[in-house]
Amino acid sequence: MSPATSLTAIVLVVVATIGIGLFGLRISRTTSDFYVASRVVTPRWNASAISGEYLSAASFLGVAGLVLVNGADMLWFSVGYTVGYLMLLVLVAAPLRRSGAYTLPDFAETRFESGVVRRICSGLVVGIGTLYLLPQLHGAGLTLQTVTGAPPDVGAAVVAVIVVINVAAGGMRSITFVQAFQYWLKLTALATPIFVILIAWRSIDQPIGVLESLRGAGAEWAEPLSRVGGRDHPLYATYSLLLALCFGTMGLPHVLVRFYTNPDGRAARRTTVVVLALLGTFYLFPPMYAVLGRSFAPDLLQSGADTVVLELPGRVFPGTAGDLLGALVAAGAFAAFLSTSSGLTVAIAGVIDQDLLRSRLHRWTGGDYVAVNSFRIAALLSMTVPYLGFLVTGSLSLADTVGLAFAVAASTFCPLLVLGIWWRRMSTTGAAAGLVVGGIAASAAALVNVIGAPEGGWPRALVGQPAAWTMPLAFITVIVVSKLTPDKIPAGTARSMVRLHTPEAVDVDRGPGPAALTKHPAAGPVPPRHA
Amino acid sequence: MHSLIQSQLRLALAVIGGAAVVLGGIPLLFTLFPATRRVVVFGLPLPWLLLGIVVYPVVYVAARIYVRNAERIEAEFTEFVGRD
Repeated sequence: MSPATSLTAIVLVVVATIGIGLFGLRISRTTSDFYVASRVVTPRWNASAISGEYLSAASFLGVAGLVLVNGADMLWFSVGYTVGYLMLLVLVAAPLRRSGAYTLPDFAETRFESGVVRRICSGLVVGIGTLYLLPQLHGAGLTLQTVTGAPPDVGAAVVAVIVVINVAAGGMRSITFVQAFQYWLKLTALATPIFVILIAWRSIDQPIGVLESLRGAGAEWAEPLSRVGGRDHPLYATYSLLLALCFGTMGLPHVLVRFYTNPDGRAARRTTVVVLALLGTFYLFPPMYAVLGRSFAPDLLQSGADTVVLELPGRVFPGTAGDLLGALVAAGAFAAFLSTSSGLTVAIAGVIDQDLLRSRLHRWTGGDYVAVNSFRIAALLSMTVPYLGFLVTGSLSLADTVGLAFAVAASTFCPLLVLGIWWRRMSTTGAAAGLVVGGIAASAAALVNVIGAPEGGWPRALVGQPAAWTMPLAFITVIVVSKLTPDKIPAGTARSMVRLHTPEAVDVDRGPGPAALTKHPAAGPVPPRHA
Repeated sequence: MHSLIQSQLRLALAVIGGAAVVLGGIPLLFTLFPATRRVVVFGLPLPWLLLGIVVYPVVYVAARIYVRNAERIEAEFTEFVGRD
């Protein structure tokens, strides 16, 4: 792979990202702009942005790498990433938008009327976001290393710095445009090499064993539940992974923030349907890289499967064509790290800003501060911790680490949202207990994995894919504790239910929304000026 | 109000149930009938065809159907309340 071409492409992506970010800077003026892009984004823009934000290093590089090593069972990753949006659509999309909350902690506080539940949620947003940022930084380091030979720390630092600048400069308004652009860039970058390869085969009659590698008698790799790559208990792992991905998506902090930019509940649903189409199109391609990689780059099985997407074009076409396609893919990969990291950073920074920083800054400076600066400091903080984490953790499979973030989300925010939206007898104590129990169980499993997983057998399977036991555990905890504490059911539950489920066309008393909370910064009368 | 939530919940559970049966049934199919792991359909092994391609349009259509029904329930509710 030629470093010069690829580096040029990466620099172009970075410049374009920052350029659109600066364009966004001119129009974002108030705190409200920063958080939710003033809710004027149309469903198509929003769907592109959601998909752009969602397709991370795990999707762009990780899925192909996992399929290359472990075979057909790993196809469930891309299926789960997509079906997660179907679950989000039917369970939470419209009610969540109608709740009027900006962030998950906002939702928790208005629904359960409790500062404690809010603070637990804030902690979880930071935790899940950090766990999800780690593999993004790893992917960035890996890409720059593949392209230039630079040590991984450099690529990770490049992405970290760009994301902080971009988020601190423009907030979410600019992010919406950046993200929408990034989806189309990623799709183009991933699809073009595949089409070029397919066309080339027709014309040059290359001997290919590609389909044979899928159909051959000895191709255990191509069969599901085959334990290729040393994964025990494949049936359990498949179901547990599917649960985590299907029900974790709704609890990812950067995904939820993005839904508040829909104008109403109906638009939130329609946006989700477009998202499903965009994701389905994208996920057709990563398995093709794995199949081709099996024939053209079998050495990567040992030396780093996560780079197969980056290496493949150069392997198939030595020379200029391979360089150009390789550069395109490297640019797409960088787009993936930038967009997901930006979205996560906005979400984490929003929470740190509101729940940790703002009140303290207010006290320290005696009110003499600009609200947006608090958000900028928060953005810096929310990227610093994952970067330090990246420096101390070893090499992790990209898609596996992201899978753990999904498992934590499925064991905490999923019960909170699903039961909170549909079950009127859920008590505040039950909500808190479910978050704590599910959070501790799933985080413990994730931590064990990051530090060093058990050798094999059931312990490894249970820790590697924890959702199948942690998610039911969290649901049962919420239900049992709620039944035991009926006096702790929030007084405003009936009105919350009306607000969550009534179509906007109906004029009813929705009660005071989250914006009416006096402590909410967006309700503050001071439009912070900057730039 | 209660009936609106109930009908929306029933609709959501129907979609989830359908997804559970279809998606959850695929690994079960491969377990119970190991031969299906290597059946070749349209030149591709069945697992790759199902999980790599077919699943996406199916999910999209399911989402379209869900949205149509959810909006119908809301329209009926709006009309009902409006007539009051």
